Amino acid sequence: MDLNSIADVVAPRARAELPAWQPGDAWLAGGTWLFSEPQDGIGRLVDLPSLGWEPHAVTAEGLQLAATCTIAALDRLELPAGFTAAPLIGQCCRALLGSFKVWNAATVGGNLCLALPAGPMIALAVALDGLCLIWTPGGGERRLAVRDLVRGPQETTLAPGEILRRIDLPAAALARRTAFRRISLSPNGRSGALVIGTRDPAGTFALTVTASTRRPVRIDLAAMPAASALAAALDAAIPDGLWYDDVHGAPDWRRHVTGLLSEEVRAELAEDAA
Amino acid sequence: MRLTVNGEAHEVAPRPGQCLRTLLRELGWFGVKKGCDAGDCGACTVHLDGEPLHSCLVPAFRAAGRSVTTVEGLAGPCGPQDGVPAQLHPVQQAFVAAQGFQCGFCTPGMVMTAAALDQSQRRDLPAALKGNLCRCTGYRAISDAIAGIDEPAGPPCDRSPPAPASAAVVSGRARYTLDLDVAGALHLKVLRSPHAHARVLRIDASAALAVLGVVRVLTHADAPDRLFSTARHENPADDAADTRVLDPVLRFVGQRVAAVVAETEAAAEAGCRALVVDYDVLPACLDPERALDPDAPLVHGRRPTGADAPPLHPHPNLAAEAHGEIGDVAAGFAAADAVHEGTYVAQRIQHAHLETHAAVGWRDPDGRLVIRSSTQVPFLTRDALCALFDLPRKAVRVECGRVGGGFGGKQEMLTEDLVALAVLATGRPVRWELTRTEQFTATTSRHPMRVRVRLGARADGTLTAIDLGVLSNTGAYGNHAGGVLHHGCNEVIAVYRCPNKRVIGYSVHTHTLPAGAFRGYGLSQTVFAVESAMDELARALNLDPFELRRRNVVRPGDPMVSTSLEPHDVQYGSYGLDQCLDRVAEALAAAPPPAPPGWRTGSGMALAMIDTIPPRGHHAEARIALRPDGLYALSVGTVEFGNGTATVHGQIAAERLGTTPDRIVLRQGDTDAVAHDTGAYGSTGTVVAGQATLRAATALAATLRQRAAALLGTDPGSCRLAGDAVVAGDARVPLADLAPAEALGRADGTPRSVAFNVQGFQVAVHPGSGELRILRSVHAADAGRVINPVQCRGQIEGGVAQALGAALYEDLGIDSEGRVATPSFRTYHVPAVADVPRTAVIFADTHDGIGPLGAKSMSESPFNPVAAALGNAIRDATGARLTATPFAPDRIYQQVMNAAGRRDEEERWT
Repeated sequence: MDLNSIADVVAPRARAELPAWQPGDAWLAGGTWLFSEPQDGIGRLVDLPSLGWEPHAVTAEGLQLAATCTIAALDRLELPAGFTAAPLIGQCCRALLGSFKVWNAATVGGNLCLALPAGPMIALAVALDGLCLIWTPGGGERRLAVRDLVRGPQETTLAPGEILRRIDLPAAALARRTAFRRISLSPNGRSGALVIGTRDPAGTFALTVTASTRRPVRIDLAAMPAASALAAALDAAIPDGLWYDDVHGAPDWRRHVTGLLSEEVRAELAEDAA
Repeated sequence: MRLTVNGEAHEVAPRPGQCLRTLLRELGWFGVKKGCDAGDCGACTVHLDGEPLHSCLVPAFRAAGRSVTTVEGLAGPCGPQDGVPAQLHPVQQAFVAAQGFQCGFCTPGMVMTAAALDQSQRRDLPAALKGNLCRCTGYRAISDAIAGIDEPAGPPCDRSPPAPASAAVVSGRARYTLDLDVAGALHLKVLRSPHAHARVLRIDASAALAVLGVVRVLTHADAPDRLFSTARHENPADDAADTRVLDPVLRFVGQRVAAVVAETEAAAEAGCRALVVDYDVLPACLDPERALDPDAPLVHGRRPTGADAPPLHPHPNLAAEAHGEIGDVAAGFAAADAVHEGTYVAQRIQHAHLETHAAVGWRDPDGRLVIRSSTQVPFLTRDALCALFDLPRKAVRVECGRVGGGFGGKQEMLTEDLVALAVLATGRPVRWELTRTEQFTATTSRHPMRVRVRLGARADGTLTAIDLGVLSNTGAYGNHAGGVLHHGCNEVIAVYRCPNKRVIGYSVHTHTLPAGAFRGYGLSQTVFAVESAMDELARALNLDPFELRRRNVVRPGDPMVSTSLEPHDVQYGSYGLDQCLDRVAEALAAAPPPAPPGWRTGSGMALAMIDTIPPRGHHAEARIALRPDGLYALSVGTVEFGNGTATVHGQIAAERLGTTPDRIVLRQGDTDAVAHDTGAYGSTGTVVAGQATLRAATALAATLRQRAAALLGTDPGSCRLAGDAVVAGDARVPLADLAPAEALGRADGTPRSVAFNVQGFQVAVHPGSGELRILRSVHAADAGRVINPVQCRGQIEGGVAQALGAALYEDLGIDSEGRVATPSFRTYHVPAVADVPRTAVIFADTHDGIGPLGAKSMSESPFNPVAAALGNAIRDATGARLTATPFAPDRIYQQVMNAAGRRDEEERWT
């Protein structure tokens, strides 16, 4: 929709051209969320795609995703054969509520920074040990695990003026086996619970829970747990107040189906191992 | 910047925060529609350098130097003012061939999306089309279009000629309400109440008037000191006059406080933000269960109880009351072997037509006030404007373009009054387009109802007593409060033979969004209750649910009675309920398609009856003229909003005039077209307005035969209309030689007939997660003679789909402050392709003695039995009775847990 409060758009070609951040500024990536709601508090847009970041790169360390990499570009990505976690990418893209037309514009970084509980790029990046590269005002940088980026619904640990530049997924994480489960109140609706399990060649098991919780929850275990142990770990990791409550699912249901999906994930990865 | 649209170069300077959608429309590309403006509905889909995008989400500046294709240019380069292309794109042709649209407002986006799909996406339409919403069709016809499946076509009746506007709809050239450039039009925006109940103490407009571009601020001081109802009925007294154009008393969150009229939409918005309003916030009544408490906050003050609410329960918050009894209900229950009592709750839902309410007004060269509006009731709206502003009928014209869906939501005057006020106040054209969020938060909804049902029957299933207690929440205003309550308590029990019946119904005011007319008009809520209760009764008696209905439904000759023995004008013009029951029973007797392991399966059914026409008069006029070129000009008042009347009227006239629908040129939805038309509501587009058309065409045919007979010196009885001539034996008179000729037809909507619908489902439920899959959906309808099978099937498929949304997902919830909690498609889930199963549609073989050419209405009624049939199937599968819609998985899970015992379930499923 028209954002009639916007008085100015800045399109920097290089980091040096980035304007000093001021209240009322918004970083514009794909625009698929910013332009979907009135933004009365925003007066200026800073267009990040103008910076021309390479959308993605495969390096010896793993996969680098520019914050401005679109969901469509991520989904089209051909990954080396050793990256056994690759199917997870497509599964998470399909978990986005928006249509494939939205994928053509929506970005990985935008999904992370919007910090919705159901943000599937958050689930992907947390499950694969994603690490943020953040540009700080004044020309600096800092690193932050994606699991520490999201604090709650639409709340991140980014400071005003900070820019999410890149997300790195380490090669070791991409070499894990993965299992993915998702449920919503309607077949292709916004996720009510999204659970990802990973298992590395050494046997380490990790469970990532998003959508059903206010922020992503990651449970790391040294070995495949028994069903009861996983249920106990979920109970310990997710206190009652952390279950998310909105129109996309009642909290008791979210808790219940998170348990069901987690067990399915555990069983699938245990079977793979056997 | 420069951009190319459909091959045409444009030099433009978009505003900094402008999106591509509005830029394209400003350039005259009106095929780019606004359904949501938020990337959810897909109606604005365009291709940007070949890539499909929701243009409402694309910052306009990003189109610099790029090439845009809109639906107008899909078939090839064109200009904004061009007409329908000579050669449609193959996808557009496929949408015509499959009749993959009804109102057509979503169609440009559907076509542009479909044209961009690759083969693998076409194989998975639930995923590929999840960003495209259609509220009319139920998606079957759209899926067929994309799969390249045609509908057979061939004139005139019993066949299904495509809608006459087909090519214009699929190429984006059909003109909806705001698809025209009104030179110099001002834009109107409204400041809305943040409070559920408040009094406006003061409005300081000085800062707003200082905003560059703001022309005028309108407050209650500028509005006529006169009450009206937004509801439109033939008799304006049917609805309490309780509404002002702008009112200093605010009765729901979202009510108009003031309007700002400005040169641009941005200035009008800024003007609204700059208004300073002092409110005296008052206690609010949000809970309908408490509305009649002695100390409840009063919505309309200490006024006397409304005329429609006889003072059995005098309370100023009582909007309407329905009460009556036949026989002796207490004796009936005493004679029963089994009694079921249950309380069922039907939630608030939104119509969600893809075209939001919108109107544009101006003065024509004669000084007449012209309002072009998205309405189902142009004539009644004109009359209301005349009454409100003291204008004679001849000084006001209301016209419609093509209307982008209604479902009852446009049987209200929700924009025209304020646009008219603004035109009169400024002397300039004014346009007002509601946002999707305003559509959710500030228009109308279905009436939420709590229905207590008590049924008694003997062991053989014979009903001995029916007792209904209804509480309907009409919200802040009484529009349709009485009509919905009375209609909701009528056919639902009149369909059953039972000597003892009682209804006690209240419609109460609360400080919430007003409810209004909605498809089914009260019946969907009460049918959910009674048909769920009938299912429980069948279980208590160990009877087949079809058998219980067969033993109790009315048959021709039985009086149709709810709670009054007064004579009425409803007759058995035809009767096909027996066929509907048998056909659905046969379908459900087949084994269901396989369900995943661990899921529980079950089946359920429900029935519904509806009077084919609203009571107390529904009028239509049709004028048909033979033009000098030998074509017929047909003028009717009724509006096309996806109900298919544009096609059906042509078919009816063509059949009677012995010609083809393509020779009938239709003009409709304009107060200048005929003298009067009550409107396109109550499923009357075919049975009332069509009757008028039939009578006009019959009269004209007689005139033409007489004239031809006189010319040929023969008897009119030997003359026959045949295409473009009248023939008698070997002699032939071209129609052009008989022109001009004209005839009028009128219909008054009485007597009325009854139509029937029976829905059946086979479902599978995952008892752990509450997920539901519909394995089979079958719907039998008694529509009399089906004049256009493709369109009628589409009406049923669309009604079932909309009802599935109401049964499974949609809930226009109100929070503890009185605010609508689901103000967007992202929070209010309207069914998409993935949510709607194919429904097998079966027509009963009947011919109505009352409706035109044997037809009965079939627009609203398919909606009505769906929720109960689904709840009954879930009950059958799981043992859990869901007594409140929607049946979302989180609610199914909770009820299944409750029904089966929580501990057992945990052991079994975890």
